[in-house]
Amino acid sequence: MPPSLITAPERPAQAVEPPAGRSNRRRRRSMSLTGWAYAAPTALFVLIFFIVPIAIVARMSVSDWGLFTGNRGLNAPENFTDVVDNRLFWPAVGFTVKYTVVTTVILIGLSLGLALIVQESNRWNGFLRTSFLVPSALGLASASLLFYAIYSPQSSPLGFLGVSFLGTPNAALWSTVALIVWRFAGFYMLLLLVGLQGISGDVYEAARLDGAGRWQTFRYVTLPLLRPSLALCTILCLTGSMLAFDQFYLLTKGGPDNSTITVVQLIYNMAFFGGNNLGRAAALSIILLAALLVVNVLQFRGLRDREG
Amino acid sequence: MRRILLSAALAALLTASLTACSSEDGGGTVAPPAGAGVEGVDDGTELALWTRAPLELQANALVDAYNKSHKNQVKLTIVPNDDYVAKVGAAAGSGDLPDLFAADIVYVPNWTNAGLFHDLTESIGKLPYADKINQGHVQAGTYEGKKYVLPFVLDLSVIFWNKTLYKEAGLDPEKGPKTLDEFKAQALAVQNLKKKDTYGTYFGGNCGGCNVFTWFPMVWAGGEEVMDAEGKSSNLGGPAAQKVYGMWRELQTAGAIAPGSKDETGATWVAAFQEGKIGVMPYPATLLPTASKSVDVGVTAIPGAGGGESTFVGGDGIGISKDSKKTQQAWNFLSWLTSEKAQVDVLAAGGSTVARTDLADNQYAAKDPRLVTINKAAASPQSKTPVAVNFQQAFNAPGSPWVTLLRNQVYGDPSSLEKDNQAITQVLGQ
Repeated sequence: MPPSLITAPERPAQAVEPPAGRSNRRRRRSMSLTGWAYAAPTALFVLIFFIVPIAIVARMSVSDWGLFTGNRGLNAPENFTDVVDNRLFWPAVGFTVKYTVVTTVILIGLSLGLALIVQESNRWNGFLRTSFLVPSALGLASASLLFYAIYSPQSSPLGFLGVSFLGTPNAALWSTVALIVWRFAGFYMLLLLVGLQGISGDVYEAARLDGAGRWQTFRYVTLPLLRPSLALCTILCLTGSMLAFDQFYLLTKGGPDNSTITVVQLIYNMAFFGGNNLGRAAALSIILLAALLVVNVLQFRGLRDREG
Repeated sequence: MRRILLSAALAALLTASLTACSSEDGGGTVAPPAGAGVEGVDDGTELALWTRAPLELQANALVDAYNKSHKNQVKLTIVPNDDYVAKVGAAAGSGDLPDLFAADIVYVPNWTNAGLFHDLTESIGKLPYADKINQGHVQAGTYEGKKYVLPFVLDLSVIFWNKTLYKEAGLDPEKGPKTLDEFKAQALAVQNLKKKDTYGTYFGGNCGGCNVFTWFPMVWAGGEEVMDAEGKSSNLGGPAAQKVYGMWRELQTAGAIAPGSKDETGATWVAAFQEGKIGVMPYPATLLPTASKSVDVGVTAIPGAGGGESTFVGGDGIGISKDSKKTQQAWNFLSWLTSEKAQVDVLAAGGSTVARTDLADNQYAAKDPRLVTINKAAASPQSKTPVAVNFQQAFNAPGSPWVTLLRNQVYGDPSSLEKDNQAITQVLGQ
């Protein structure tokens, strides 16, 4: 809106406002009211489902708030120091980061490979696409139970291998990564496939005319044009892995020897499984939320810089 | 102005939701449970009762029998084991606890401490058989001299052995282990059959609760304690405990423990025995009817290194919640629960252990000598219910210092015992 319009009616010299100005202001007011009305439903949802819960969690995180006893007053910053001093805090952070990196690298790499394989449309690829995507139809908890049956020595059809799938820290990590890759590779493949098919055939033709080889086409045409899809997948995958819970809760319960405790599992343990302390669990949730915000801001910034 | 209004509205909303969360309704006008005499009130009230899934069989039998013979009607809600604490916690926070709810007896000290139950001291005192009720449970439910909890279902740990495998291994199928050495020898004998998928013994190698339940009695049987009387400091580095760890480590080295043990989180720790694949192991006595369907089971009390008989008096206690408005009607259920009708005609008839010492020798127990063995074990002076406010965090929770200790003792570096025991003490003392 030009500044003259805003300041015009406030000129002191005008004792009587011209009728045009009044109606102008009224129109502006009604427009801004309409704007508020349009934004109100969203604002209300954000308020009820995002701001209020976060405010409650924030309040809990600075209070002595037991699971059974309720709020017993402020105690900041005791919850935060207790959380950081917890003997499982740093191992949980370390494991979550390790798991996130491993999962994201494998999952994005594999999904990209799958997407490139099934990119062309023919009869076999239709079958392949479907079979890659089928695990995504299964809930994560059901998938974890399925893999529990496969890994448990009591029911495992792979018993003849003589391998303990969940018995050592590394085996437990890789067994869980295998489950997650099986469950999500198809989903990310689909996202990347959409990105791949959005790249115009003309670009590839131009590259071919310029004499670009297979690898050069992939490196200098496909990858740069696929960046938005790859970025979306990475953000989803990083966020999802940092919040990992179900698969470890069902498969390992954090074992063996606390080697697979993730941050969210630690939150759950602090609140309901032994700790019975909602204040500490809320403090850890706030720390995790801050970490997620930082990671996402960095990612968005990196993305924007490269685009610019 | 608009901004001020908006933030005022926001603030009002926040405070409203916060106070709604933290409100604590004392409910001071509720009639005291003892006000209506020993039996309470039976006037056709509907009562809500929560319990966890492992006790489904007994809870259903008790509630059915009560509803058939009373005007009051109990509505039973069964919650999955792992969700129970979270569900009770949420309800306690919002003042929505059911009239009656059961709790794993080892969590009871923490819950009475948090004030989740009504004081039943006076009512329990009026019961003519008050001193015959299982003292382990009553003591676990006593906080600052007030009694809050009665036994709901008793679950004892005993030694089960597979008589068929014992015969094959040349052991006497009627004689279970009387010392830890005999336990080890018998497990090794079954292992030496070298039968496919069959092992000497089994335990929950990644499950704190399983080994609290089965290893603590091996310490108690020798007359030692696992914690100090206040439940604030751990004695699990002591000589009797070391003998227990030593035995399991030797069995592990000899390959006599089924390989699934090492990552057993407790979900399936009873399964292998029921499939007839295990020679001898400590087991929950409540599962005798189930295990007997597929295996010829022998039963004896849990021994210590030098003999002795002990059992972990576990199971669930039950009390009236702080949020109940129908306390006199709820007391009617509890009063009936401890009566001979419920204990003998329902629990004993269903093959469960009775919670009153004067009813241990009942007609049903007489039919099956194994039940007499179990009832006798419950009454042994070496049988206990451990009491500690931070019990769950120190022992049962995944990743607890107790799990670290026992895994180091069986699979890892046993020299860390002193340090691991200190870690338990630290959590207990918080």
